[in-house]
Amino acid sequence: MQIDCPFCGKRDQSEFTYSGDATKKRPDHNDQDPQAWFDYVYQRDNPKGAHQEYWHHTSGCRQFLVVERNTMTHKISSVQAVGDLNKGSAE
Amino acid sequence: MSGYRLTSDTGATPVSFKFNGKTYRGVQGDTLASALLANGVTLVGRSFKYHRPRGIFSAGSEEPNAAVNVVRGDELEPNTLATTLEIYNGLEAKSQNCWPSVDFDVNAINSLLSPIFVAGFYYKTFMGTSNKHWMFFEKHIRKAAGMGEASVTADSSRYEKQNVFCDVLIVGAGPAGISAALTQAATGARVVLADENAQMGGALIGSTQEIAGQNGDGWVREQLEKLKTFDNVTLLPRTTVYGYYDNNTLGAVERVSDHLATPEAKGKIRQRHLVLKSKKVILATGALERPILFGDNDRPGVMLASAVGKYVKRYGVVPGREIVIFTNNDSVYQEIAELGARNVPIKAVIDLRDTLSDYAAAVKEKYNLRIYHNAAVVRAVGGKALKSVILNNGETLSCDVLGVSGGWTPTIHLQSQQGDKPVYDEKICSFLPGVGHQDYVSIGACKGSFDLSACLSEGGLAEVRVEDGPSLNILPVFDIETTKGKKFVDLQHDVKTSDIKLAKQEGFLSVEHLKRYTTLGMANDQGKTANVNALVVMSKERQLPITEVGTTRFRPPYAPVSIGALSGGEYGEHFRPTRRTPMHEWHLDHGAEMINAGAWVRPRVYKKAGETVTDAYIREAAAVRESVGMVDVTSLGKIEVIGPDAPEFLNRVYTNAWLKLPVGKARYGVMLREDGHVFDDGTTWRLEENRFLMTTTTANAANVLTHLEFLLDVIWPELKVKVVSVTEQWAGLAIAGPNSRAVLAKALHDVDMSNEAFPFMAVQDAKLGDIPVKVARLSFSGELAYEVWCPSHYGYAMWDQLYQAGQDFNITPYGTEALGTLRIEKGHISGPELDGRTTVDDLDLGWAWGKKDFVGKPLAGRDGMVDEDRLKLVGLVSKEEKAIRPGSQIVLSNAETTLGVSQGHVTSTTYSPALGKYIALALVKNGRNKIGETVYATYPLKNESQAVEIVKPHFFDPDGSRMHV
Repeated sequence: MQIDCPFCGKRDQSEFTYSGDATKKRPDHNDQDPQAWFDYVYQRDNPKGAHQEYWHHTSGCRQFLVVERNTMTHKISSVQAVGDLNKGSAE
Repeated sequence: MSGYRLTSDTGATPVSFKFNGKTYRGVQGDTLASALLANGVTLVGRSFKYHRPRGIFSAGSEEPNAAVNVVRGDELEPNTLATTLEIYNGLEAKSQNCWPSVDFDVNAINSLLSPIFVAGFYYKTFMGTSNKHWMFFEKHIRKAAGMGEASVTADSSRYEKQNVFCDVLIVGAGPAGISAALTQAATGARVVLADENAQMGGALIGSTQEIAGQNGDGWVREQLEKLKTFDNVTLLPRTTVYGYYDNNTLGAVERVSDHLATPEAKGKIRQRHLVLKSKKVILATGALERPILFGDNDRPGVMLASAVGKYVKRYGVVPGREIVIFTNNDSVYQEIAELGARNVPIKAVIDLRDTLSDYAAAVKEKYNLRIYHNAAVVRAVGGKALKSVILNNGETLSCDVLGVSGGWTPTIHLQSQQGDKPVYDEKICSFLPGVGHQDYVSIGACKGSFDLSACLSEGGLAEVRVEDGPSLNILPVFDIETTKGKKFVDLQHDVKTSDIKLAKQEGFLSVEHLKRYTTLGMANDQGKTANVNALVVMSKERQLPITEVGTTRFRPPYAPVSIGALSGGEYGEHFRPTRRTPMHEWHLDHGAEMINAGAWVRPRVYKKAGETVTDAYIREAAAVRESVGMVDVTSLGKIEVIGPDAPEFLNRVYTNAWLKLPVGKARYGVMLREDGHVFDDGTTWRLEENRFLMTTTTANAANVLTHLEFLLDVIWPELKVKVVSVTEQWAGLAIAGPNSRAVLAKALHDVDMSNEAFPFMAVQDAKLGDIPVKVARLSFSGELAYEVWCPSHYGYAMWDQLYQAGQDFNITPYGTEALGTLRIEKGHISGPELDGRTTVDDLDLGWAWGKKDFVGKPLAGRDGMVDEDRLKLVGLVSKEEKAIRPGSQIVLSNAETTLGVSQGHVTSTTYSPALGKYIALALVKNGRNKIGETVYATYPLKNESQAVEIVKPHFFDPDGSRMHV
């Protein structure tokens, strides 16, 4: 598998580290509800098909990317820098 | 069987080799199999379970029988196929799975007992009532049933790995693959053509079939020469593409020097592992001939008809004097014609069908064949060599080779591996590649196109005039009814048709269950010649069409891959980078015994003459408490945390408070994972208003950095903070002991070392000669102590100058053992206690629990995390003056019958020179309420148990007065 890093270009998957489900949103830092935290830390869907996930370009630019990968075929349909996504939601 | 070499082929370079201790002659280009056949050797090995004599069955990587051990000096390579192993001068090979010799095998008695050695026999018989039975018998069974012998010495061969990128990868260099390569080459695309054989050309090698006005052999040689003229074409012979993965990534092994004699191979790469990434893949992997099942079909001399043809065409070797052919289809008549063209006689053809096609009739006419129609071989007769075959009409035909052709099985392993479900084709009675989901195409025989002109045109060469070959015309009979003899479906794993029947009887109906129950198709050859016939047998048993019985699926590798090739150069100390500190050479020069600590190499102890490791660490630790010692701490993880929001960030990451830490001060911090368990600890120094230097444990450095990066990048992008690893930018040492201040006061300038000017936890800049250093008054040992840091390239000089300055105080360098002793005496936690399962309170760090919110806080409050009965950090003192073994379990009694359940375990142990006792840190259930109790540290694997007293973890100087002086 190759991931097209927006900073470095197309690189082999061995340079990256899978860093978890990108659809999970961390509760507010001051949130005290243990259930919300339990859900964030432990509960994961196991979707068949498109899945948004974090990948860390560990042996490259060390940026976190949001990769949309098909869990059936491993085809990657989009790669975005987390920073760009954050900008998007702020605007 | 009495094979011989065709006289027309003499003149080739002779090669001398040894098989089972006897010296033979072959010629350059021979495989071990062709050379043995030319020498009249029929018996090559013994079978897996029944130790039946076995010969050479095929002429390629599908071989189920002829696997041998290859001897290379002290090394032994098992399961090497005689049919693919190219001989060289000095080659030494041995039969495997036979004792004492292949001719006389003691375990052959198993064959007489075979009625009881049915599928599942071993488990049913030896499992007994308890696991102990199986444990006892298993080793004997394994010895009797095993395949090759593994070498016990390290592999001295060299391997390498390579990534290959191309536009078009073509797997298989038969007519279809070569045609595709020529077509693709002309487009200018980067083309890689890989073939598992030494010689490319596939079915055309040695062929007399006419193509474009010349014979097939000449034509294919010409095309290969043409391919070599293209700069954009890479030809990879001897390269097995063994696996097809996602995104058109394929794995292959190139056998670079396996075919060379030892002197020529010396110093060369043995095999190269290739990861091929190709935009487009063309699979032209051909087809494997399929056997027909009849009684004792495993006798040496029974072989695939196409293999007989290959030995004649490729190697000029005729496997026997009396050759009989058994077929259910027409393809074999082309092989017969090839043999006829070389004046190799065929004694008879046993044809299951009642009529002949025009093609076959012409061959019959030309070579005056004796054909039995509507006939079948019911049994092969012979022991170590074939003597005759018995036909269904009762007639016995003497012969030494029986060439069997049951049609063709397209080689669809690669297509199937990457997930495309094979489709059954009634016309060829076998499976074709399914619908592809990656960018590849199948062409030629692997797609069911057995006709030469179709192979060429599917590759792209449509205009070539080709002499007609036979059509398949297969009669779907694969399993001959017989009353005598064993019918082997899987020759390599000794699985018979009766085993499949038994599997069905016992309810193992699906192909997956059938495989696991009988081990069919699970040997090295992965059932290449067995799988489809197994489905035929099962479909007959279940009276269902084959499509409803199941399909054969494949997983990598297509052929065995040596572990050496997969690891390439990454083994031993080359497995990962070795990280040495700038002081490494100094340590070696001063008697250090080094140890791998995480990714680093660190001094364990500095041994003086006659000292053991224990002597040395006790001396070193005592010297620190008495005067002064120094230790290399360069390996600690170091992360710079920079930015206006850095204090806020640290405040969220660590459990304790960080907002008010003054510049020039350090603080100890504990960080949790999101799940509430302790992640790491260390000190962080405020160098400037917005600049911090965080230290982590050696082991967790990389994980902590990633954790911080994730939080900043993903969770809190609004925080103006950057983190960067500076682990390798700084060299560091700790100088500890009552005289540490005096040493530094003497060695450093531009700094006031007095207690008032340089209080505990202060961080200050100073100069050591010309070297700029940072000095932090921190203590891991519990003594008055400092860490001194400098840019890495000054590391050696800093160490050496401080060592010189300490001479007046008999400064003692100490290693990781004494470092451990000192911190255990103080109850300071380290890696063994930070095991990912402990909480802040478990480790007695409750004082660091901040009121503010921090990472991990919400989940750290869950019931199970605050349970009173959790394992808590305590100290242990041996009551028997014996070393406590790390990993010992804590139990309440030492009598075997009343051991009870484990109350915890020992994490870190040492002899304490300060206390004169053997001590340990341990995690004990509700331990803090058990201070003063006597329990037992037990280590059943070594049969050790001793009484220990639970004490507070701070063994030495519990009020910390020594470090505050």
